[in-house]
Amino acid sequence: MMQKVVIVDVGSGNLFSVKNAIRTASPDVEVVVSRSIDVIQNADKLVLPGQGAMGSWLSGMNENGLMQPLLAATQHIPTLGICLGMQVMMDFSEEDGGIKGLGFFPGSVTRFHLSEPLGIHSMKIPHMGWNRVAQRVDHPLWFKIDDGKRFYFVHSYYVKADLSHQSVGETNYIEKFCSAIARDNLFAVQFHPEKSQQQGLQLLRNFVNWDGTP
Amino acid sequence: MLAKRIIPCLDVDAGRVVKGVNFVGIRDAGDPVEVACRYNDEGADEITILDITASSDDRNTIVDVIEDVASNVFIPLTVGGGIRELNDIKRVLDAGADKVSINTAAVFRPEFVREASIYYGSQCIVVAIDAKRVVTATGSDWEIFTHGGRRSTGIDAVDWAQQMTEFGAGELLVTSMDRDGCREGFDNELNAIISASVAVPVIASGGVGNLDHLADGVIYGRADAVLAASIFHFGEYTIGEAKQHMQTRGIEVNL
Repeated sequence: MMQKVVIVDVGSGNLFSVKNAIRTASPDVEVVVSRSIDVIQNADKLVLPGQGAMGSWLSGMNENGLMQPLLAATQHIPTLGICLGMQVMMDFSEEDGGIKGLGFFPGSVTRFHLSEPLGIHSMKIPHMGWNRVAQRVDHPLWFKIDDGKRFYFVHSYYVKADLSHQSVGETNYIEKFCSAIARDNLFAVQFHPEKSQQQGLQLLRNFVNWDGTP
Repeated sequence: MLAKRIIPCLDVDAGRVVKGVNFVGIRDAGDPVEVACRYNDEGADEITILDITASSDDRNTIVDVIEDVASNVFIPLTVGGGIRELNDIKRVLDAGADKVSINTAAVFRPEFVREASIYYGSQCIVVAIDAKRVVTATGSDWEIFTHGGRRSTGIDAVDWAQQMTEFGAGELLVTSMDRDGCREGFDNELNAIISASVAVPVIASGGVGNLDHLADGVIYGRADAVLAASIFHFGEYTIGEAKQHMQTRGIEVNL
């Protein structure tokens, strides 16, 4: 039977692009965008996208009654978090004066601070553009992707993982930060694979082909 | 290290890529999807589409163009031109754009930028700044112009850049109206002053005639990204050649 990849419709982020990129990467799977509990529970793969503020992401999930079903489904269904979809998986974010996250990974979400006062050498915020991802841990989702390959980022907040073995990808910007995190059936990235050319499509293809074990 | 970006820009009129050359006439540069795919294959870091459609009858063709382009390229897509209200933003984001570029509407009503960034997030709000050098009592300065550089606003370009950033712009696209279409290089003095005055990335635009101009935009203009149209449209240079050249000048690029 055709595999079904469900992109959870959290009302934010470029869902069209994510759907389109997965279809292109793996033409033989069914890709749907949904906020139906039934569809989410019966997915073969789940994608948690997202852009913008973590508070509205979480309240959107709660208002649609999706929080409990999502928590249950992500215990066993292979799940890919993208951008804000990675950040919500942490314990805590300092956004909006402090918000509790889904707690899938111990660690927090914090804001970039200018490396020095504004001037000709200061690094800009948001971190926007193509940056390298160093693969710290072997993982099926890195299959056929060169270590240090560049992916497209756009974000002002970043993840600090408490457990270094869960930080499977790292990127340098102002400081070294966790750009990919994983455990068991969960894999999440700060960058946008759907906007990262061939290497992004390869990561999405790897996700579709993944059996959910590290 | 974060790479400096090269962004080819497609001016689209009624579904076709067009580009005025030195203000004389409009040259047809092809089908937007074909052109975008070529740039994607050549390694463009992003693509910008400016809707310059004059006739309101053809206004909806841009949505089809965005959908077609977004289905075929897997790099970020920015769309500008005619973005005046939140619904315009929704329309192009739903069609597959990642960012919108706001220009005249921001000058008429700066609060629009604040509303747009609260509603859609700063990461997808680019404010386009068209600036022109003006002579003042103390020397020269830059002022914001609208209507393709014809109408003065009296707004200082650096003050404006800072205000737009405070209002939530996630990126600034700075075009020198003195240089646009002239192929003499960016106004690097303007770009460097703006880049040093704001925390968000700055895209330099207007005036590229050769590959050194792109590199100069980063080195002297302190731009985080460089935008060009005609040098790529008519096959003078490929994106790959531009990146190679920037790398030889010591700039970090995504090759």
